[in-house]
Amino acid sequence: MMKAYRLLTYLFFLNMLAKRIIPCLDIRDGQTVKGVNFVNIINVGDPVELGKLYAEQGADELVFLDITATHEGRKTFVELVKRIALNLDIPFTVGGGISEIRDAEALLAAGADKISINSSAVRNPQLIDDLARNFGSQFVVVAIDALETDSHWTVTVNGGRIPTDKELFSWAKEAENRGAGEILFTSMNHDGTKNGFANEELALLSENLTIPLIASGGAGSMEHFAEVFTLGKADAGLAASIFHFHEIAIPDLKHYLRDRGICVR
Amino acid sequence: MKIVIIKYNAGNIRSVDFALQRLGVSALISDNAQEIRSADRVIFPGVGEASTTMEFLIHHKLDTLIRDLKQPVLGICLGLQLMCTHSEEGDTSCLGIFPEKVKKFVSLPNQLSELKIPHMGWNNLKELKSPLFKAINEEDYFYFVHSFYATTGVDTAAICDYLIPFSAALQRDNFYATQFHPEKSGKTGAKILENFINL
Repeated sequence: MMKAYRLLTYLFFLNMLAKRIIPCLDIRDGQTVKGVNFVNIINVGDPVELGKLYAEQGADELVFLDITATHEGRKTFVELVKRIALNLDIPFTVGGGISEIRDAEALLAAGADKISINSSAVRNPQLIDDLARNFGSQFVVVAIDALETDSHWTVTVNGGRIPTDKELFSWAKEAENRGAGEILFTSMNHDGTKNGFANEELALLSENLTIPLIASGGAGSMEHFAEVFTLGKADAGLAASIFHFHEIAIPDLKHYLRDRGICVR
Repeated sequence: MKIVIIKYNAGNIRSVDFALQRLGVSALISDNAQEIRSADRVIFPGVGEASTTMEFLIHHKLDTLIRDLKQPVLGICLGLQLMCTHSEEGDTSCLGIFPEKVKKFVSLPNQLSELKIPHMGWNNLKELKSPLFKAINEEDYFYFVHSFYATTGVDTAAICDYLIPFSAALQRDNFYATQFHPEKSGKTGAKILENFINL
């Protein structure tokens, strides 16, 4: 009884760090889009307006991923990041197409709080060290898209299309050791399914990392978020379409999680 | 009112400017001694590494300048840490405005819940005692991102518990500082900046 009381005291008074809800906005040519299994891209509006709306509703952070490949689109994105930074009063991460220090520098100068690197880190792991040394670990999120086949989690690049020789768990640990400040793990098996997050793998990852873990891929219901924070031991849950298509409202989600004893803002 | 944000080799200085703009207040970002001294409010923000930023401040004579300021000064994140006496980050002697030391978070082996480092995300404060926290209460959340923390002591104006209770805010005379980022803490953060301006 005494022990249980102490445990409760500990949980309620010592650690009130809230679990984070992070809507992700895919940006193409300055507009928000969401791919369903990376095909059939549908436009869902102006990123700044959508971002502000999510912030007002209680989103804890936002991620903006530039899926534009062209040089012109790139410049549009940097301009967009400036508008986001001016208008948004919560932290945001930007990603997509960052392959060298000067890409990150331009985004930092535009006002991004963090950058997310994915394929470029797999191709050139030294990039993680360089970014962390230049801008601090808190600025560097390493995103990992992995696909499970026969119980082996292969790291993929180019939006899940190309398998690499890297394995999820060892790559995540390597990224941490090289100076990543956070890991954003997307299960390609779960992404777009709306059947829940890859909780087993997330829990394993979370236990093996000392840096925060953002879970992505598979959110379909509020219950899935409760699961990802308990079973999956994730520090943050990321989703896109369920928010964009109004399937889950952030205030309802926060309320639901709070009712289940999960600490949210 | 003239507000100056101190320009030095730390990141995210513009975020503070943007947050002030959202409040309808304009600020000057400057490393000019005259401009800083003549300001009504000085903000000393920053994300970065302690030893290199401290070296920069000393090299540009901003260290003595900041220490001698008489108007309200607000340090944010690294700003707070540099206003303490010493930081374990790069074994750095800091400005010594607050008598606290800055230490690195150490994860405890028998932690009941898995607390990550950096302390990243939204957390709340307790034992609030500063005009900075007018209309703020212990249920409000603020955004933190840091691997080093300031110890608690006489100048502690708010405590946050993460691995260990640390100074989430400090205040001594005209010097105010927050470990969290008011510029990134939504409406509650904006209220802190507003309180600082209205001191």
